[in-house]
Amino acid sequence: MTEANPTHFDPSHTAFIETISLTKKFPMVLALDQVNFEVKKGEIHCLLGENGAGKTTLAECLYGYYRPSSGLIKWKGKAVEIPSPSVAMRLGIGMVHQHFMLVEPHTVLENIILGLDTPGIMLDTRSTRKRILELCEIYNVSLNLDAYVWQLSVGEQQWVEILKALYEGAELLILDEPTAVLTPQESERLFGVLKQMSLSGLSIIFITHKLNEVIAVSDRVTVLRKGRVINTVNTAEVTKADLAKMMVGREVVFRVSREEVQAGEVLLEVEDLRACNDLGLECIHGLNLKLHAREILGIAGVAGNGQKELFETLIGVRKPSSGHIRLLKEEITHQSAGMIYDKGMAHIPSNRIKEGLILDFTVAENLILGREWKLPFSSRFQLNKRAIRDFAQRNIKDFDIVTPAVDHPTGKLSGGNLQKVILAREIGSQPHVLIANQPCRGLDVGVIEYVHTQLLKLREEGVGILLFSEDLDEILTLSDRIAVIYQGEIVGLFRTKDVHLETIGLLMAGGKD
Amino acid sequence: MFHDLLTSAILINLFATMIRLSTPLLISAMGELVAERSGVMNLGVEGMMLMGALVNYMITVNTGRLWLGLLAATIAGGLMSMILAVMSITLKVDQTVTGLSLNLLSSGLTLFIFRAFYKTENVIDLFPQVPIPLLSNIPYIGEIFFNQKGLTYFAFLCIPVIAFILNRTKIGLAIRSAGENPHAVDTRGLNVDKLRYIAVIFGGLMAGIAGSFFTNGISSRFMQEITAGRGWLAIIIVIAGNWQPLRMLIATLVFALLDAFQFTLQGIGTDIPFQILLSMPYIIALVALMSSRVRSRMPGSLGVPYIKD
Repeated sequence: MTEANPTHFDPSHTAFIETISLTKKFPMVLALDQVNFEVKKGEIHCLLGENGAGKTTLAECLYGYYRPSSGLIKWKGKAVEIPSPSVAMRLGIGMVHQHFMLVEPHTVLENIILGLDTPGIMLDTRSTRKRILELCEIYNVSLNLDAYVWQLSVGEQQWVEILKALYEGAELLILDEPTAVLTPQESERLFGVLKQMSLSGLSIIFITHKLNEVIAVSDRVTVLRKGRVINTVNTAEVTKADLAKMMVGREVVFRVSREEVQAGEVLLEVEDLRACNDLGLECIHGLNLKLHAREILGIAGVAGNGQKELFETLIGVRKPSSGHIRLLKEEITHQSAGMIYDKGMAHIPSNRIKEGLILDFTVAENLILGREWKLPFSSRFQLNKRAIRDFAQRNIKDFDIVTPAVDHPTGKLSGGNLQKVILAREIGSQPHVLIANQPCRGLDVGVIEYVHTQLLKLREEGVGILLFSEDLDEILTLSDRIAVIYQGEIVGLFRTKDVHLETIGLLMAGGKD
Repeated sequence: MFHDLLTSAILINLFATMIRLSTPLLISAMGELVAERSGVMNLGVEGMMLMGALVNYMITVNTGRLWLGLLAATIAGGLMSMILAVMSITLKVDQTVTGLSLNLLSSGLTLFIFRAFYKTENVIDLFPQVPIPLLSNIPYIGEIFFNQKGLTYFAFLCIPVIAFILNRTKIGLAIRSAGENPHAVDTRGLNVDKLRYIAVIFGGLMAGIAGSFFTNGISSRFMQEITAGRGWLAIIIVIAGNWQPLRMLIATLVFALLDAFQFTLQGIGTDIPFQILLSMPYIIALVALMSSRVRSRMPGSLGVPYIKD
C-alpha cells in the first residue's frame, strides 16, 4: 500500500519503524486487520481515521501497551518484540496519550523521573533536573519543574508528557490526538515545535481525526478505516476532500447548511450566577446569559473553565450559591432538576454512558426516562407498557436507532445509537430550551452530521439551544451567537458571522481582546 | 484524684506509658500508610495484628524464645496480607469486603486455636526495657523516651525511614504513583501489581510486628480480641494524619495518651467507670474523622483495583 518516497525525503532512508500485516483482535472486534504501515526518519506521519478506526490501537501496539495478535513490527529494519512500554522506551519509542498519563498530585520533576532506569535506589533529581532544563531550552519551553501537575494548564501538562518521552531519548514520538485539549494558538505552537523536532531527526506519528491538522503538520498521512489501511499518501498531493472520502468511505458534507432565522423572545435568562465546584471553590463568578427562541448559542472554552458546573447548575443538579435562572420569565433557580425538566428544559449530558442513560434498562425504558410517571406512560400506579412500546417503536423509526428490539438492553448499542436514544428522548419531551453539553463527543462523522441536522431542525421549530462544546469547528458550524467562557465568566459574546477564529482562541486562552 | 495525677512520678509514668502504647499503633499505621499510598485499602490490619499477637504467644510459649515469637508473628502478618493481596490485586475483589472478611476470619480462628490448645495460665516473658546509654539519664525525658523496649524505638525509627523511602527513593515514588494514577505507572513500564504486592505485604509484616507487641510488650498472656480495635485506630491514624508520616505521629500520640490516661487512672482508682475511659480513644477517633472532611492528600486511586482498560 505504501507509496513512493516523497520528494523532500532522502530516499536512502529506509523505514524507521514498519509494521507488516499487523493484526490485533479483541474479544468482540477485529481492531487491526493486516496493517502495513511505515514511518521514515525525520518524518511527521499522520494517522487519520474516525473513532474506532484503530489508530490508537495501532499506536498502543507500537508502544507495547497491547500485544499484537499476529504480524510483525520492524524497528530500524530489524524485527522486534515489544511486550511492554518499558521495552518500547528502551528502543526509543515514546508516546503521549490522549488522556494524559500524569500523576497530578506529584511535581513535574517527579512525573518525568518516574520509572527512569537510573542506577541506585535513590531518585536522581539533580542530574535529571539539569537534563530536563536543557531540553526545555532547546524547544523554548518554560516549565516550573517543582510545580504540581494539577496546577498546570492542559497545554503545559502536554509538555510534561512530551518531555517525559524526549527525556527517555525517544527517536519516535507518538502523539495521540494532541490538540483535542488545546486552544488554536496552543495547537499552532505545538505544530511549530513538532516541525522543529522533525527537522532535527525525530520521527513523529500524529494521530488525529481533524483534517485541518493533517494538512497543517504532516509530511505523509495513512488513513485507517475499521482497522484497515485505506491508503498512505503524501500530504502535499491530496486535498481535504480526498482525505475525508478515504476516512469515511463516502462524500462528506463539511458544513450542514444553516439557514439564517430571526431569533425570537428570550427563553432562558441567567443573571449574576455563582456556583461552586466539587471542591467547594467558586468556579462560576457572576455569569450572565440570554438565550432566545430559534437560536443556537455556543459556549466555547477550553475544558475545565466551568462548563460542567454551569451545565449542571442550569439543569438543576448543582445548587447555585447566588444569582437567578429564569425560564420563560419564571424563576427556576432553586427548583429541582425534575421540575425544571417538566417546565420544558431538556438536556444532553456530555457523558452519555454515566449520566445520559441507564445501560441495564431497555431501549424503550431509556426513551421515557424522566417521564415514566406521566401520561400516557403511566396511569395511577402502573406503567402503561403498551404506550411505552408504541412510543419507543415510533422513535426508533423516526430517529433511525439501530436496535434489534424495543426491549433490547441499551448497553448493547453502539455509541452513535446511544446518542440517538438520548436525542430522541430529549426532543420527544418537546422542550422550550435544550441544553447540550458536547453532544458529539466521541461520535463518528456520520452520526455527528445527524446530530447537527437534528439540532438545527429543532432550532427552526423555535427551540433555544445552548451548546457547550470544546470543538470550535462545531461551535462555528452550528451557533448563531458564540459566548466564550474562561474561568467561570463569559469573556466575550459575538455573532458568529462577525467573529474571527483567532479572537475566540485568544479569549479561550485567557487573553484580552 | 487529679491532685494525685499531677505528681511528677505519675506524670512521668503517664507519658512513658503513652510512648509504650503508641508502639503497636505506630508500627501498624506506618505499614498501612505504605499499602494505602500504593492504592490498596487494607482493612484487615486488625485481624493481622490479632493473628500476630496469637502467633507470638504460641511460639514463645512453646519455645521460650521471644525473638522466634516475633519472627513468627511477622511472618503470620505477612501471610495474611498475601491473602488480601491475591484477592484485591490479582483477583480484583472489592477491597473492603476482603479486609473485613480477614478480620472475621482472624477473630474466630485466634479464639478457636487459643481455646483449643492453650490455657490462660500460660504466661510468657516480655521483652525487657532497653535504656539507651546517657540519654536515659536525662531527668524526666530519659525516663519517658529513652527507657523503652526495642520495638518502641523501632516504631519511632519507622517514621523518618518510611518518609524517606516514600519521598526520596525510586520505589517510593513508584508506590506513591501507583496509588494516585496506576495507568501512568503502567505506561512508564513499571508493574503496578508488583508494586502493590510489595506495599501490601510490607503492611502485613508491620501489622504482624505490631500485633506481637501485645503479647511481648504489654501483656504476658493472650486473650480474646486482645488488640481491641487498635488495628482500626491505625487506619484512622492514617486518615487523621492525612497520609503524611509526621502528622500521623501526632494522631498516634493523641490516641496513645488517652489510652495511657485510662491505664494510669485505673491504677490510681477513680469514680469514673473505666469503660468510659476505655472508650475515649474511639470517641476521639470519631471526632477526628468528622473533622477530617477535606482529605486533601488521600491517594487518588485508593481502593480502586487496577484493571488495564
